[in-house]
Amino acid sequence: MTGPARIAGGPAPSLGFSFDGKPYRARPGDTLAAALLANGVNLVARSFKYHRPRGIMAAGVEEPNALVTVGEGARRTPNTRATDVFVYDGLVAVSQNRWPSLRFDIGTLLGLAAPVFASGFYYKTFFGPPKRWMFYEKFIRRAAGLGNPPIEADADRYEHRAAFCDVLVVGSGPAGRVASQNAALAGDRVILVEQDAVPGGSIVRDAGGDVTAIMAAELAALELAGTRVLVRTTASGIWDDGLVTCVEQLAEPGQAAEIAQRLWRIRAKRIVLATGAIERPLTFAGNDRPGVMLSQAARTYVRRFDVLPGCRAVIATNNDDAYLTAFALREAGGTVLAILDTRAAVVSQVVAAAQAYFPVFFDVQDLATEGGLNCLSSVDAMIGSTKRRFAADLLAMSGGFTPVVHLHSQAAGKLDWREDIQAFVPGATLQAITSVGSAAGEVEAIAAMTANLGKPKASFIDFQNDVTAADIDLAWQEGYRSVEHLKRYTTLGMATDQGKTSNMAALTRLAGAAGVAIPQAGLTTFRPPYVPLTLGALAGPDGGGHAAPTRRLALYEHHQRLKPIWQPLGYWHRPRAYPLGRETLAEAALREARAVRNCVGIVDVSTLAKFMVTGPDASAFLEIVCATNVSKLAVGRGRYTFMLREDGMVMDDGTVWRLSDNRYLLTSSTGGAERMEAHLAYVRQVLAPQLRVSVVDSQEHLAGIALAGPQARDVLATLIGTEPPAHMGASEGVIAAVPVQILAASYSGERAFEIYAAGHDAGPVWDALEAAVRARGGCPYGLEALEFLRIEKGHVVVGGEADGRTTAHDLRLEKMVRKAGGFIGASALDRPALSAPDRKQLVGLESLGGDIPEGAMLMETWGSGAEGHVTAAAMRVNMGGSIALGLLNGGRGRSGETLVASSPTRGQHVQVRVVAPHFYDHEGARYRD
Amino acid sequence: MLLITCPHCGNRAQTEFDYVRTLDSIVTLDMAPEAAMTTLFERSNPRGIDDELWRHSHGCRQFMMLRRNRVTHEIASITPWGAA
Repeated sequence: MTGPARIAGGPAPSLGFSFDGKPYRARPGDTLAAALLANGVNLVARSFKYHRPRGIMAAGVEEPNALVTVGEGARRTPNTRATDVFVYDGLVAVSQNRWPSLRFDIGTLLGLAAPVFASGFYYKTFFGPPKRWMFYEKFIRRAAGLGNPPIEADADRYEHRAAFCDVLVVGSGPAGRVASQNAALAGDRVILVEQDAVPGGSIVRDAGGDVTAIMAAELAALELAGTRVLVRTTASGIWDDGLVTCVEQLAEPGQAAEIAQRLWRIRAKRIVLATGAIERPLTFAGNDRPGVMLSQAARTYVRRFDVLPGCRAVIATNNDDAYLTAFALREAGGTVLAILDTRAAVVSQVVAAAQAYFPVFFDVQDLATEGGLNCLSSVDAMIGSTKRRFAADLLAMSGGFTPVVHLHSQAAGKLDWREDIQAFVPGATLQAITSVGSAAGEVEAIAAMTANLGKPKASFIDFQNDVTAADIDLAWQEGYRSVEHLKRYTTLGMATDQGKTSNMAALTRLAGAAGVAIPQAGLTTFRPPYVPLTLGALAGPDGGGHAAPTRRLALYEHHQRLKPIWQPLGYWHRPRAYPLGRETLAEAALREARAVRNCVGIVDVSTLAKFMVTGPDASAFLEIVCATNVSKLAVGRGRYTFMLREDGMVMDDGTVWRLSDNRYLLTSSTGGAERMEAHLAYVRQVLAPQLRVSVVDSQEHLAGIALAGPQARDVLATLIGTEPPAHMGASEGVIAAVPVQILAASYSGERAFEIYAAGHDAGPVWDALEAAVRARGGCPYGLEALEFLRIEKGHVVVGGEADGRTTAHDLRLEKMVRKAGGFIGASALDRPALSAPDRKQLVGLESLGGDIPEGAMLMETWGSGAEGHVTAAAMRVNMGGSIALGLLNGGRGRSGETLVASSPTRGQHVQVRVVAPHFYDHEGARYRD
Repeated sequence: MLLITCPHCGNRAQTEFDYVRTLDSIVTLDMAPEAAMTTLFERSNPRGIDDELWRHSHGCRQFMMLRRNRVTHEIASITPWGAA
């Protein structure tokens, strides 16, 4: 018999699972890796680049080879480490990166061409003109990536939780448990997190027997003492001020559960990292074959899972710890053919004990394996100057131990080099973070440079990315001196394992090539997350349309009755149009806009930002904020206004109304509402705290309805029983028994009134207005019609024409700028660049052909450079024909020119004539008194 | 994510706050145009301690001054705006 198998005896396997469609049995507590080995399966994956057969190398999250897809349909989880998923009844796993099957994989041919795929293959091969790139891309994309993500929406639910504690301990191994116990005894609130399903860390690996039950009892005692213990919970990121994000797996990948994962945000006063150490592979020819395993992993499979990973084993090591694996394998009924030690003769208790049972060879110089798809067939070793061959099916290797310093390093902790263990250990920290146990470097010493034992071309360093020792040497020869460049050139240390097993071997190799000490070779930066996370865990309960809040209008129900097309606008949702029957959006919008031009319409304008500015210094405050004249405003009158940023660009626009001596209403754009709130607060609290003024944000308090059209005055007069205010006048009234504020402002270009009422009272006002408007043949209109009307009228929009790069002069508003200055942004207006003649300036555009595409670039002739762009396009409401607003280099002086408006992405190109940016009633005769 | 001790509300997560600007980039209303532009566009950007204006936007909405180390993120002091 060869290959892995379950150790005889023990409980019957009660769980059923499948791998690549074949059914198998597993015991509760088995990882998928353990269960596969127990069933004699070691070939579980194909390598990324060369499609080499790969088996199981590790027994924890560091596994680089055994990546499988677990689960089906909406729960399919790709790139799951077989060593990090516990088998449940019905688990479905499939292998990745192979076609048509794992045993017969066409991609293996790539492996035969391995010399071609050396470092920088893509950089060296795929270059040339863009056309050739388009050709290459198909092949590169097919080769890229690991597993396939699910196509369906995530079926799982996720949860976020916050917790606070005095001490957070990461890792429940011996060091972590002692730290937890000590902190609990000192009266601290303690949280202990353990990434494994079974607590105990190295104890679970080394103790054997009924250690699981003993550990569970020990942790139960900790919980009784007040410690919160979270198992199957991985601390994945450390952030400022003791914040640690942990992912608790309540279900295994692919498993249905009420809640799949819980993301914890734990804020701790002190953090203890007991994250252990990860064993390093040795670097030799064929060190990646199925049947080559880390020594401690082999021990784990024997002791924890009752699985013998191979019947005839060879141990290859540069330290004493691997000798323990020989004993474990022997106890489990395996045969250890040899212990191959790279060190010269060693005297230690363990070695002496081992020599009584196993052939031990020192001074091993060279190592190579031969093997098939599922296990090894032989191991060749150069011992001193003698070559020996062992007919082994398993090689358990140990190249020393790398402390898990990831979290320490994420928190900007320094790393110190320890020559004796050939590893980096945690040094000085900025936060209250201590590392203990193996994570702090309490691991066995190894000699320098003892990990390299074979032909570089066949010796893998990064198993996941198929980076060999030769690749690193080549990168060095080609001038990649920095480890950060090496990483990007060779893809070393990337992907799901982030170099957990390969980092130190790679650094050692690089330092060797460079002839420097390892610390001089540098180290890549550790970044969160420590292990791959699902996006679902990060999103938490905010998936399925809940990522952002939905802000509903106070009049939402009234609109919904009319079945509008809704338009998201920031968090707000506003009616875009109210189509009748089978009308398209454009048809509905045009009908609504015509109703406003020719009759009357109403539109919900509740989302406008509205600020009540009150106090003896209210006008002084507004003079600072607004770039237009404000102080001379008479009571009961309003004005168009705009505000500048400190750099002189237009920030926002709106209207300002003097409701009484010391009380103003300032409106501004919907999209800029939060920015304006912050700006007004900044002016009031920071720049002018001496002013006696209060600013109240009334955006959500006041619902607003604009009534517009030639018949608007008659409609309103009938409803309020008195003459409505003249243009830019304000008055109060009552509609449907609700008190309203009436502001006579026109955005559409027709006679219009904005009518404001408290949001909770606004329903009857809308109903009364809608009935009156419909009685005259008018209708409600949406954002699309509003856009048609304002473009035709030539009104600028914040975020459209006022895009943060335009001045008042660019937008042809300079005549309104207050000459006396004293407002924010006034100091910047003298900058020479702001009066440059070739600035992008507002223009109107008339189509000489078809529709003008929105966002199109403006060019003098086809193929010449872009000189501007179309900001908004529409139809002439009554006459037809396409018009647009745009920003054009030196546009104010270019009326009459013919340009090309081109949108390559839409394939639309049309000739346009530059005109003044108003297409309708420039003098305002339709609404002025 | 920083833990910021708001002078009015106590310890709160950074997500409740908005960074506004450094104190030396505040353009006061009485500044001459030249000085205003220098203040706005020529920042010191020190590596280390800096004085910053923050606002507890999603809390008490008050402004405050943070003396903060931009390398280590350590907050040396927090004072309400106008207290100093």
